[in-house]
Amino acid sequence: MEKKSCGRVFFNGILPENPTLRLVLGTCPTMAITTTAINGIGMGLAATFVLLGSNIVISLLRNFIPDKIRIPAFIVIICTFVTMVQMLMQAFLPSLYQSLGIFIPLIVVNCIILARAEAYASKNGVLLSAMDGLGMGMGFTLAITLIGAIRELIGNGSVFGVNLLGSGYEPMLLFIMPAGGFIAFGLVLWIVNLLTSKGKEVKKNADS
Amino acid sequence: MQIANSNLLDILLFMVSCVLTNNFIFSKFLGCCPFLGVSSKVETAFGMGMAVTFVMALASLFTWMINSWVLVPLGLGYLQTISFILVIAALVQCVEMFLKKSSPSLYGALGIYLPLITTNCAVLGVCILNMNAGHDLLFSVLNGVFGALGFLLAIVLMAGIRERIEGSVNVPKSLKGFPLSLIIAGLMSIAFMGFSGLFNNI
Repeated sequence: MEKKSCGRVFFNGILPENPTLRLVLGTCPTMAITTTAINGIGMGLAATFVLLGSNIVISLLRNFIPDKIRIPAFIVIICTFVTMVQMLMQAFLPSLYQSLGIFIPLIVVNCIILARAEAYASKNGVLLSAMDGLGMGMGFTLAITLIGAIRELIGNGSVFGVNLLGSGYEPMLLFIMPAGGFIAFGLVLWIVNLLTSKGKEVKKNADS
Repeated sequence: MQIANSNLLDILLFMVSCVLTNNFIFSKFLGCCPFLGVSSKVETAFGMGMAVTFVMALASLFTWMINSWVLVPLGLGYLQTISFILVIAALVQCVEMFLKKSSPSLYGALGIYLPLITTNCAVLGVCILNMNAGHDLLFSVLNGVFGALGFLLAIVLMAGIRERIEGSVNVPKSLKGFPLSLIIAGLMSIAFMGFSGLFNNI
């Protein structure tokens, strides 16, 4: 593996290997909780916290965890951070906790986090792993906030609770229903694919 | 357990609603990763669905017992997530060993996705939903089994559609793969919304 600067590693998660839009990991929360932009930010930041914490701890312990039981060990570490987030949100952000519901404990099984632990944190130093966690987390946050904003705008006429389209707009309710989640995410992925295939072969390498 | 308390019609309605109206994929978004990842062939999709059904049934049974006989009496509710995921991981390991012995071809076809059942959010999701809803043992297991059958139905339907599209339809390159699958899933979800009218007049 070649030497990478922290900035590169951080940026890698935001665009070239965006976990949601390029690698298509962690699809469940991406579609389930993105009915509003604010939910997207909340979920994204919670996942970023878990990703950062678990990447740091796993990277610190990477020489001590035996190879055969690494997955259960990773899951226990991730679970610790998820439980922390869950309790903190329940105490300080009860309304967000309510609207994200079951998807807070389900951060444990978000593939992005285990994938980064396995592919990156267990092979790299603490600083790089932290940057990777942060970058991937921010990439995830940006992507689901974008999808949340699109769904909220079409389905409710507002973004972040601010009404943008005026009272004359008839909200297309479908978009805040489950079906809209699939369709909105599909369309966003399609547009991203279109843009990157126009943006030349350089990015295509990152895709494979 | 408390079969006597709930009458038969309730149980029947609960079973049907788990499969159709509260479908795990189309209305709760649980288990989307395997739904999108393993749905290119009907045969593998069916195998995946069956493996998930087995794991979900056992997982909802065991987690209910752990939660109501160990965690709640001892006041250890905050250990819910961590104990559930460990139970699920152990179960998946058992299924994996079982399949490796009994059906190597299915084992090979499921490949990477078999250990990934551990991180299938439908499995952990059904356990947490059961606890949040306060289901008793019977309803927890029913929720696991029939929720998983709903998942099986969804993934097999999806695989069927994708098999048809694969060879015969000329799809733009940028739409191929995930974007197209997601849009198909969205249309299927609209179709499944039609079932929600099913129970209004009962």
